[in-house]
Amino acid sequence: MSVMAKHAILEKNSILLLIGILLVISIGGLVEIAPLFYLKSTIEKVDGMRPYTPLELAGRTVYVREGCYVCHSQQVRPLRDEVERYGHYSLAAESMYDHPFQWGSKRTGPDLSRVGGKYSDEWHVAHLSNPRSVVPQSVMPGYAFLARTDLDPKALAGHMETLRLVGVPYTDEQIKNAAKDIKAQATPDDAGIAELQQRYAKSTARDWDGNPSRITEMDALVAYLQMMGTLVDLKLYNEKANLR
Amino acid sequence: MATNEIDAVTGTPTTGHEWDGIKELNTPLPRWWLWTFYACIVWSVAYWIVYPAWPLVSSYTTGLFGYSSRANVAADIAALQALRGAKSIALGKTELVDIEKDPALLAFARAQGRAAFGDNCAPCHGSGAAGSKGYPNLNDDDWLWGGTLDAVYQTIQYGARSGHAKARENQMPAFGKDGTLKKDEIVQVASYVRSLSGLTVPQGVNLEAGKKLFADNCAVCHGDDAKGNQELGAPNLTDRIWLYGGDQDSVIDTIANARSGVMPAWTDRLDPVTIKALAVYVHTLGGGR
Repeated sequence: MSVMAKHAILEKNSILLLIGILLVISIGGLVEIAPLFYLKSTIEKVDGMRPYTPLELAGRTVYVREGCYVCHSQQVRPLRDEVERYGHYSLAAESMYDHPFQWGSKRTGPDLSRVGGKYSDEWHVAHLSNPRSVVPQSVMPGYAFLARTDLDPKALAGHMETLRLVGVPYTDEQIKNAAKDIKAQATPDDAGIAELQQRYAKSTARDWDGNPSRITEMDALVAYLQMMGTLVDLKLYNEKANLR
Repeated sequence: MATNEIDAVTGTPTTGHEWDGIKELNTPLPRWWLWTFYACIVWSVAYWIVYPAWPLVSSYTTGLFGYSSRANVAADIAALQALRGAKSIALGKTELVDIEKDPALLAFARAQGRAAFGDNCAPCHGSGAAGSKGYPNLNDDDWLWGGTLDAVYQTIQYGARSGHAKARENQMPAFGKDGTLKKDEIVQVASYVRSLSGLTVPQGVNLEAGKKLFADNCAVCHGDDAKGNQELGAPNLTDRIWLYGGDQDSVIDTIANARSGVMPAWTDRLDPVTIKALAVYVHTLGGGR
């Protein structure tokens, strides 16, 4: 029996074939996936990352729910035109608390990973309500109802606990104060702002949607958009030491 | 293993199975397919050698030529800078006022400014810089914070109410919301302000009273002649140019609730040469002073 013909043994015995498939896939998995957890070059650390505040997290939920990712990516690839337009290429660590991440290269709209601070809150509200009012050639749908929909803070604590299960380091204190932090971050001059900023570094609080009487999904989404890409100071990032 | 029967019609061996007299041909894979398969295996081995591939204990094989997407993009950007080259360096070094005196440098600055404007400024100010409600037109000579090259440069760098320490900062009082003026008083002031631009005002409104209210409440920033004050970012109210609309209702709304548009600071987002180019571009759009 030639060596090639021995393959017939596997082909004719389904259990052996199953074991063989499992073996090959396990080896492939071990070689391809396991090193990602220990290789220094794949677990690059950056300063400044923190979990999302409850309001930002709620905004992110709206972002995912409305399918913004269908047209907008959050990943600046290391290509000249992208770096020229959007800024420094994205680092893996910048989406370390994203579950699920929002990477991609399908861009009907522009990349949003560094959109924080690029436009004013008023612009975001106007643009989300009716994109054509500020960008006449836009093909984006309007989301005016977000400004009329009160944010439901009840689900937030549970969402944060779930994220903790998959590795986002929310503390008990952060989870317990979720509702309070939402109010503090969406209300100008709220008494809880100092506490919020103590729990979440670099977080800013203001009335995001221009309607101080309610906390809406628009508040949450604009708060999320305005913090995107603002946590890591890439001027401090050592590019030469991290070439790959 | 016994040799299987050769099928008489096709000349192909059979698998040796037989079901009620039906036999199965053991047709070999087409040669072209098989060789493509082998070529792919050879290709993958070559790929391991040429490109970064195998993880090791503390690093990974970097490949023959040390391919790195990050090094590539750095090289691409360096090449871009080399392409822009001397003019870009000159733009960075030349004083703002001198850029417009050098036609070649001016053309370069305008081209770069135009490109940067399209991505960064056009979402608010419009692709032709004509602005819209709440976002100033940059083609005309009506400036909130000054239209000199330095003033434009300053505004682009630090923005307005952007949260930056050097941002353009002012706050118009909300005369209605704060209760400073009564409803009919606001109508009087609004009508007076609109009359300054020669707009028709509702009949029966006491313009004299509006004038007095203006002098008491508004003139401190907008000036006795209502021609504005660029030091304070107070707009000229006599030029028929309205940032938030000039109809009676819009003006009443502005006086009652105040306006405070925000322009982001660009100094941390764009490099200094690009900001300079933008200042020159905006300044030469038509209304620069």
